[in-house]
Parts: sequence; structure tokens; C-alpha cells
Amino acid sequence: MIPNTIQDARAQILAGNLKLTDLVEHYYTNIDASNEEINAFVYLNKEDALKQAQEIQKKADAGNHGPLMGAVMGIKDVICENGKPTTCASEMLGDFHSVYDATVIERLKAADAIIVGRVNMDEFAMGSTNEYSRYGAARNPHDTTKVTGGSSGGSAAAVAANMANTTLGSDTGGSIRQPASYCGVVGIKPTYGRVSRFGLVAFASSFDSIGPLAHSVEDAAAVLQAIAGFDERDNTSAQLEVPDFVAAAQNPKKDIKIGVPEEFFGEGLDEGVKAIVEANIKKLEENGAEIVPIHLPHTKYGLATYYILATAEASSNLARFDGIRYGHRADKNAVLDELKAEEAEIKARLKAASDEEKPKIETELEKLDSALTRLYKKSRTEGFGPEVKRRIMLGTYVLSAGYYDAYYGKAQRVRRLIQNDFKEAFKQVDVIVSPTAPTTAFDIGSEINDPLQMYLNDAYTISANLAGICGISVPAGTHENGLPVGIQFLGDVFQEEKIINAGRLVELLR
Amino acid sequence: MSVSEKEVRYVADLARLKLSENEVNSLAKDMNSILGYMDLLNEIDTSNVEPLEHVIDLNSRLRKDEAKTPLSHDEALKNAPDADSDYFRVPKVIE
Repeated sequence: MIPNTIQDARAQILAGNLKLTDLVEHYYTNIDASNEEINAFVYLNKEDALKQAQEIQKKADAGNHGPLMGAVMGIKDVICENGKPTTCASEMLGDFHSVYDATVIERLKAADAIIVGRVNMDEFAMGSTNEYSRYGAARNPHDTTKVTGGSSGGSAAAVAANMANTTLGSDTGGSIRQPASYCGVVGIKPTYGRVSRFGLVAFASSFDSIGPLAHSVEDAAAVLQAIAGFDERDNTSAQLEVPDFVAAAQNPKKDIKIGVPEEFFGEGLDEGVKAIVEANIKKLEENGAEIVPIHLPHTKYGLATYYILATAEASSNLARFDGIRYGHRADKNAVLDELKAEEAEIKARLKAASDEEKPKIETELEKLDSALTRLYKKSRTEGFGPEVKRRIMLGTYVLSAGYYDAYYGKAQRVRRLIQNDFKEAFKQVDVIVSPTAPTTAFDIGSEINDPLQMYLNDAYTISANLAGICGISVPAGTHENGLPVGIQFLGDVFQEEKIINAGRLVELLR
Repeated sequence: MSVSEKEVRYVADLARLKLSENEVNSLAKDMNSILGYMDLLNEIDTSNVEPLEHVIDLNSRLRKDEAKTPLSHDEALKNAPDADSDYFRVPKVIE
């Protein structure tokens, strides 16, 4: 029997009961068996992975292996890996291959993790269902008619279906924690600045965080340990010592103070999800935790604030996709033909026009987009999918002249109020508990036509990204509908060890 | 505040997107519903609140001015849709 966690696999390898190459082969066998249905992996790396396995096995035999020996990982297709495709699940980057490694990839490799391939996601990490992907929807391993959640849907599904023991995802508004909850795995969104974003294709730069998904809190802690820490190539990377996250998972304290925010247990929360999360809180209390009712009064403004700021940042970040230096470029001849045809049509009208009509038609001619502008527009229009276009449009609108103060400026101010709520709360408690998502995974196709409804799935996760704090989702139980439910712990900035501690307690009491 | 189809076309031009009539129509609908929801923020008085621009308190830092090897021409042009040996190529814009 091959173990599911890094921790157990490593123990067996070191005991000589398991070879790293067999472990890697095992995951490829699982991928071969399930990926057609689950659609978690979008690119496989078998030859390289097996070669790495042989080399790392030698190190393990000699006793000088890295801390992630035994980690067999999938990487979200938004993180650059030298020589590998990095498509962000977008037609825009359909042919793109990275020319360098992201810092997190360098660190995983240095820690002797093995990367088996790249996993599915919502296009440019925009979505909560993994349905907006050029590769099609990933499917929830617990019920393949349900969504995986998103945007790191492939990262969560790959772990849940045992196609890898750990994965990397990215979390801008809940994109690690919400799919982790829907797929019944552990997911950590670190504090902003804890993990370098160098080599992460940017969605919303003041929100984006890279983090791990795993079967156990300890595995997630081990991966976070390897990727965390200062990087001079990311200007927002924090110059702080990285505490021992693995130790926090191994020796959790029981007498922690847990804040329960009333605002996270109100309207919109499924009764079954609520019951499971409350039962877990009760168990934690019986086990020695102190439960403190708290208030986060600006919670209800989180979604609106997030979707103004994140779309604004996205519209700016995605301006780089112009079809010139990389990415999809529309057919040049089609662009030139279109321009010629439009010019000819206007010139013909001009010729037939009366003197009175002429100035108006002449302006039309002057206003015609140049070939280059047409190339930008056509390339972007062909390359981006519907949700990405929707967010670029919203972001461009809220930043446009006349609306900037009303939307962007206002949202930046509300963001501070939301952050202040958390600062106050963390004066009283170690961690804050809530459901990760208001419901369990829903049917594929059921929310794709209602963007606002889809955004509401992020209601409990989004505030961590707004405040810059850290969060973890841990499996909390099974809903009566048979699907997994996640419990979320939020921790103050650079206090990941506290959410890891709390998450481990839930795991131990399950 | 409500977004007209004319505004949608204007914003699309700013965003360098070319939308079909159907897309203009459905985006106007989506944007109105989402922006309508965002009006929720107007119930809070933020006149005395500083905008939050940096989520974590970080000091700006300087790095040493050291020369490092950049991407080679080959690598930098590898993902270009059209290039010669030294340059990205774009269609002619001047007659």
C-alpha cells in the first residue's frame, strides 16, 4: 500500500520499503486511470520526473536528501517553470513556454520535491469553479457532476484523486481554500509577502499569494516551509525569519483562543455546512480551546471591495497581453484586410457625399484604428475568455476618468476598515474560525451564467486577501449530501504557525 | 449608476477589446448588476479613512547595483509571435 502523504512516503523510502521511482510511477498510474474524467492535469512531465526520482533516491540512500524528499507535486498552470508550458488555462498563452523558474519552483527543486506535471485552473486564476479553462472544467473527485471550486481546481482535485501528494495553487480571493474545501483537502493561503510572487503570472498584485494543497496539515506546512521566505526579486517579499511550520503541525497547542465572528455564520450559509463547522468548534472547546465571540463589522462590504480592487488590478496587469512580445497574435493579413475594407467603404461614401456631409465622414476616417491598434484588439479579443473579458471591462470601468474616486478610491478606503476589523480582533484571539465556503460543491454549469452568484462563493475567503492575513482550509466533515465541508482558520499577518496549529487540532479531533 | 451600451463600447476601446453586439449587450447587463451590488459601499462614511495602498507594512529597500546576466535575445524572442534575429515584428502602421 503506497501512503498518501509526503511524511509517510518519506518514512517508507528511508526505511527502504519504497523506492522514489515507484512512488512517482504510482502517481502516473493514478493519473492515467483518472485524469480523463477528473481533468486535473493539463501537462505531464514523466521523463523528467522519473529522472529526478532516480537522482533524489541516490541522495536519500546516502542520507543527504532535502526536506521535501517524497513530495510528488502538481503545479498550477499560472506559475512559471523553465521550459514548460505556462498557459494560465488561456488561449492567450496557449503556446507559451516559460524561460525561467519562479522562485517557488527553484525552492521546491532545491528541497528535492518532484514535479509530475501542471494542473488545471480558471483562466488567469479568475473564477470560483474551474469551468473557465481552455482545457474544460476539472471535475470533483467526490462527485464528478460537481465543480472542484476554483480557481485552483486542478490543484485540489489532483490531491483529492491521489494524482499527486501535494500541489501548489494561488489564492487571490480564496482560490486555494475554496477548492480545498470542495474537494476535501488541506489548503493554505500564506500572509501576503510570505511567499515570493516572482514567476507567478499576475492577476491582482496586491492580493495574489502562492500556497500549498495537501492531504494533511503537516504536508501543507512542509511545502510552505520550503517555499516561504525573503526573495529580492519580489519587492513585496517580507524580510522576516520563517518560523518552524512543521513543528507547529507536529506539536499543536490545545489551549488556543479562537474567535467566532457572528458575521460569518449568517445569511447565505448552508445549514448542513454550519452544523459541521459548529460541531468542530464545540470539539475544539471541549479539547481545551477558548471560544470568543467577536465582530468583524465590515464583513458584508468585502465582496464589493474585492471585486472593485481585484478587477482594477487585473485590467492593468493584463494590459501586457498585446500579442507583440508573447501570447496569441491575431492573423496579420486579416487585420490589414479589415482596415483596407473599412477605409475603402468610408472613402466611397466620402466621394458620394455632399459638401455638408463631408466633414463628418472625414472625422470617421481620421478616427479609424491603426493596423497596430487593430492587432492589439483582435489578439486580445481572440485570446481572452468571457470571465477574463468581464473582469478587464469592470476593472477598466472602475479606473476610468470620472469613476476612479467613486469606485477604486472608495474601495481602497473600505479595504482599510476591513483590515482594521482584523487588527482589532487579533488583539483578542489567536485565530478566527469560519466555514471556508457557504455551501458544498455545486453542479457543473449551474452558476457559470450568473457572475454575481459565483462571486458570492468567495464571501468567507475574500477578507483574508483584503487584509493581507493568512488562512487555512481543513476538511471538517462530510455533509449529508455526501460532499466534503471545509473549516477555515484565519491568522494575523505572519502568524501561519497559529493557523497550522488550529488546523492540526481539527485533524486530530476528526 | 447605470452603464449604457455606449459606455461599454467606450470602455472596451480603452481596454483594447473588440466586442460583438451580443457581448456589448450581455456585458452591459452583467456590469450593471455587479456595479449595482458595489453601490453597497456608499452606505459607509469613509471621509476620514486613508486609502489602503500597501497591505503589509514594508519598508522600501534598495538593492546593490550589480550587473547580472539578463535573458538572451534567443530566449527573450522565443515566445514572440513574429520576430527576426534581434527584434519583435509588428505589422506596418504607416502607409
